[in-house]
Amino acid sequence: MEFDWQPVWLTLKLATATTFVLLFVGTPIAWWLSQTRCRLKYVVGAVVAMPLVLPPTVLGFYLLVFLGPNGPGGQLTHALGIGTLPFTFTGLVVASVLYSLPFVVQPLQNAFEALGSRSLEVAATLRASPLDRFFHVVVPLARPGFLTAMVLGFAHTVGEFGVVLMIGGNIPGETKVLSVAIYDHVETLQYEQAHLLSAGMIGFAFVVLLLLYLLNGRLHRSEL
Amino acid sequence: MAGIQATIRSRLGDFSLDVTLDIPASGITALFGHSGSGKTAILRSIAGLESFEGDMFVGDEPWQQGKTILPVHRRPLGYVFQESSLFPHLSVQENLLFGYKRTPEQSRLLGLEQVSEWLGLEQLLLRRTQRLSGGERQRVAIGRALLTSPKLLLMDEPLSALDEQSKREIMPYLERLHDYLPIPVIYVSHSLTEVARLADHMVWLNGGRVVDSGSVQSMLTRMELAISHGDEAAAVLDTVVAGEDEQYHLTALDCRFGRLWVKRMEKSLGDSVRVRIPARDVSLSLEEETQSSILNIWRAEVVEIAAAGAGQMLIKLCCPERKGDQPLLARITCKSHDRLGVRIGTQLYARIKSVGLLE
Repeated sequence: MEFDWQPVWLTLKLATATTFVLLFVGTPIAWWLSQTRCRLKYVVGAVVAMPLVLPPTVLGFYLLVFLGPNGPGGQLTHALGIGTLPFTFTGLVVASVLYSLPFVVQPLQNAFEALGSRSLEVAATLRASPLDRFFHVVVPLARPGFLTAMVLGFAHTVGEFGVVLMIGGNIPGETKVLSVAIYDHVETLQYEQAHLLSAGMIGFAFVVLLLLYLLNGRLHRSEL
Repeated sequence: MAGIQATIRSRLGDFSLDVTLDIPASGITALFGHSGSGKTAILRSIAGLESFEGDMFVGDEPWQQGKTILPVHRRPLGYVFQESSLFPHLSVQENLLFGYKRTPEQSRLLGLEQVSEWLGLEQLLLRRTQRLSGGERQRVAIGRALLTSPKLLLMDEPLSALDEQSKREIMPYLERLHDYLPIPVIYVSHSLTEVARLADHMVWLNGGRVVDSGSVQSMLTRMELAISHGDEAAAVLDTVVAGEDEQYHLTALDCRFGRLWVKRMEKSLGDSVRVRIPARDVSLSLEEETQSSILNIWRAEVVEIAAAGAGQMLIKLCCPERKGDQPLLARITCKSHDRLGVRIGTQLYARIKSVGLLE
């Protein structure tokens, strides 16, 4: 039996790209949510958290409509010369970013809120500008939060299925990620392949979470 | 430099702040009051950590003028918080250098070596901040603020989180602050003893308003303030070392009232020494009784009398020849008051039972 590595690599590629984008998108959102006194914060917070509650198919369905050739998003990407995103790897990344957003924003927001304002005030009285304060005080102090956010964002992207199926379909090498591959194997009664991938996923999830807990435990201890 | 002028109006919940300040360009100014009097709010407003309506000038520089507000990180100030708040992710040395590195080279007046030697931090530089005692942490915080070569130093009850021993350990550094950086210091405190020891000027606050301000000597002997502080009530006098008596191990100090003999101290002739004389340690008599164990007896004139709680009176005294701004306080019983027939203008003798040396 030949083991098909392609879905594995594709999944890792997707999760890496998504985590990377999420850090850039999620950090400012989390920072704003943690600092603002604006009432809009609750609205934004609720919107960000929605993927936690919604069935992935709902998200996938509306993304498909929105990004499709007739949707406003699709027309925009078309006008920008990117083409239509559904059933492409880029489309998957966009969907994954939305879908995994709460898993990155919430740990970051919690970490930022836990910092309190004192360290930032101290840094300001020591001549540090706002950006300087963020990179030299907030980022190092919120390190465990960043680690948790990255691991959760990565792992959650690896585990997604519904959204991928709706917006990515099942194109080998382009959108056929692990979870879809497993579904495919089961459909075609290739239980052995499905076992291999599924057991691998279980092992992966366990190792990742174990590492996360160990690392966070050590980070917290070293602060004391 | 022209000192600090500020009008600060702000509102936080049902607390409102409305003060006009004129703080001298040199020396330590204490913002004194009970908790909730607005002293920390004023300090935070001066630093720019709290927004307010009004204007503020430090020296000739506007830090806030109408809608133009200088951001906190552009203000050449040092701020020492109540609890030391060192950065936990940095070592002691990295903490000390945090502000130093961000201060333009041409404005740096102090270096790491100088500051760590002065504050006794040499042995701590490579340590993690978590391994420091409370007193050590606060010394690092003070050094960190000084290393930005500030033009104004703000201190928010820097000693209040410390135990007595750490307080005693830090006090001498604060007293010598003037000698290292001749900049104005604004010092928030609710302890009269601390104010008497450190401050030159005092702003007395209550409920977000200034009750009065002036020199520490005149403010500490204000009757309302002294009465409300019971045993803490004391006068502060500036004296000069005038000689010593080797045989009896005494040092002579001169002040407005005359000569003051104290336990021998390591000072040279002409050095200035601040003494604190608690009101409860001053007794009064109409005649100069020389047959007494008390060494220090001064002629004085009564300038103010007020009731100070159950059966007690507080008497403010001045030197009859020189009614300057350095009065003395005496707390006596009502019975003694009636027996002596004390009235404003009465001349009598003040007997000093104990003297606290402050510098």
